[in-house]
Amino acid sequence: MPDKKGYFGQYGGRFVPETLIPALQELEAAYAGAKKDKSFQNELKHLQATYIGRPTPLYFAKRLTKHLGGAKIYLKREDLAHTGAHKINNALGQALLAKKMGKKRLIAETGAGQHGVATATGAALVGLECEIYMGSEDTKRQALNVFRMKLLGADVNEVNIGSRTLKDAINEALRDWTTNVRTTHYVMGTVFGPHPFPMMVRDFQSVIGKETKRQMFKTEGGLPDYLIACVGGGSNAMGLFNEFLDDDVKMIGVEAGGKGIGTGEHAARFAGGSLGVFQGCKSYLLQDEDGNVLGTHSVSAGLDYASIGPEHPYLKGIKRVYYTYATDTEALEAFELLSKIEGIIPALESAHAVAEVVKLAPKLSKNKIIVINLSGRGDKDVQHVARIKDITV
Amino acid sequence: MNRIEDTFKRLKAENKKAFIPYIMAGDPDLEKTGEHVMVLEECGADIIELGVPFSDPLADGPTIQRAAERALKAGVTLKKIIPFVKRIRNHSRTPIVLMAYYNSVFKYGEAAFIKDAVDAGVDGAIIPDLPPEEAESFIKLSRAANISTVFLIAPTSTKERVEKIVTACSGFVYYVSITGITGSRLALDERFKKHISAVKKSADMPVAVGFGVSTPEDAAMIARLADGVIVGSAIVKKFYEHPAGAKEFIKKLREAI
Repeated sequence: MPDKKGYFGQYGGRFVPETLIPALQELEAAYAGAKKDKSFQNELKHLQATYIGRPTPLYFAKRLTKHLGGAKIYLKREDLAHTGAHKINNALGQALLAKKMGKKRLIAETGAGQHGVATATGAALVGLECEIYMGSEDTKRQALNVFRMKLLGADVNEVNIGSRTLKDAINEALRDWTTNVRTTHYVMGTVFGPHPFPMMVRDFQSVIGKETKRQMFKTEGGLPDYLIACVGGGSNAMGLFNEFLDDDVKMIGVEAGGKGIGTGEHAARFAGGSLGVFQGCKSYLLQDEDGNVLGTHSVSAGLDYASIGPEHPYLKGIKRVYYTYATDTEALEAFELLSKIEGIIPALESAHAVAEVVKLAPKLSKNKIIVINLSGRGDKDVQHVARIKDITV
Repeated sequence: MNRIEDTFKRLKAENKKAFIPYIMAGDPDLEKTGEHVMVLEECGADIIELGVPFSDPLADGPTIQRAAERALKAGVTLKKIIPFVKRIRNHSRTPIVLMAYYNSVFKYGEAAFIKDAVDAGVDGAIIPDLPPEEAESFIKLSRAANISTVFLIAPTSTKERVEKIVTACSGFVYYVSITGITGSRLALDERFKKHISAVKKSADMPVAVGFGVSTPEDAAMIARLADGVIVGSAIVKKFYEHPAGAKEFIKKLREAI
């Protein structure tokens, strides 16, 4: 748990303009209430089962295991959750909470579009207005998701300022929230931003790890040896890791290595960043020597972000989680490998985790067990990958 | 007592309100900013707010965002702005308050920032994304150096928060007129009037109002309710779009206050 001010060690906090501070205090109180409120929890559980389709399967990837020739590989199938990614776990929780708080409107940022789709879905489900902010670079990469959000009744605002990606969408969403704070709830999509978002989003996502543990005991009779997840803001990783933090399980977070760390075109905050304060919290940040935020690059829009949720540098600092990165090329190879060998097209984000397993599994003995959080499905990426490969679809 | 407190004291004795214009340092370069500072002084600015450009100014609207982009493009950062203030001090005594986002100060180092700012003749700092809860060390360093720490109070601030923020402030209190970002439209409704009079009661120092003040008419209305009027986006826009008309516009603002 973070401390009272929302710090995990020295990371976190609440760095936003005063206008938003009372809203964050209100949210903190409402969330603390909802946590203890049986009817809220029951409704959430009921919708997780009947609407999201939880528990998602834990699938033994037999052919991938054989192909790599080492550790046994399981996939936690968040790609099979309603809307196609883990994002719905958080968006639905926050939509219910916003409704309970009497808010009329949800806003959210989105990178790959998955969180935008999830929030639009949550808004439709509970009956709230919805507006999504998305960088114009990302609307190009993820045109299909833009249309999905519109189908779900949301307004999609293209953000044409700054680097036109996720960070700029967050700035715009925060500006909207500042303006409409009395009626609007901001559904932060990852374990980032001002307290209580990092804690609350982690909690809503922790269902992933809880199920994984149960399923692991049922199929293998014990804990896995490794948990592996991609890390953009870091919510799918925290969702999987949180339940295992006190267990004897190794954990690896995989950032976006883009075109390689040496090129400067990446989103590997631990490999190339330093401590900074950005969009509400203190964490690792890709910045220049004056503290201005650097442009990032990743083949996957969902990992293309300059900072990382504050619990991650904390877990890195205490050596509980190890962080590495996969390049665009490695992720694309993993994307194709998993598609061909298991018949599962992963999201490009999740393909970064698969890429790490391609390197790790052969080095481990056959009695070791790896769980990959397959955080999303790749349908949204098919056109983008075709473009990269110069294929006309 | 520092120059900001002196200024408000003098104004009070003269039964006047403070005119506090904001410009972005480095928009479009520091040489021009130097000229703009002189125009502001000539037009009767009581305190000058100098913006420090940041890549992600989340409290600002498009006018100031774009000004920051232009300044960053010209390579202007805090490291250049502090010596720039020192040069201004060769010929000017007008109080200068830097408005910076916290990461610029954090990266510079709080202690180094305060030390260099004092040496250069900076009188105060406004950091919109640094609430008092996160500013313990910053306040302590500023107090020791006699630099004013100006925190923001918003229309959403509760009574408890107003009290907390007022305690953290020195020099003056910055009251944000609207729930919104800089350059938004002003709405002086009853709720605003009630809230600001409550804030004035809690504060034992001047209260200046900013965000959304864009015309001399706005400025006149605000001047009736507050001790100072802050005008940012409208001036930044004027200097950028119609530099020839800037002086006249700023004079009108001053007269209205």
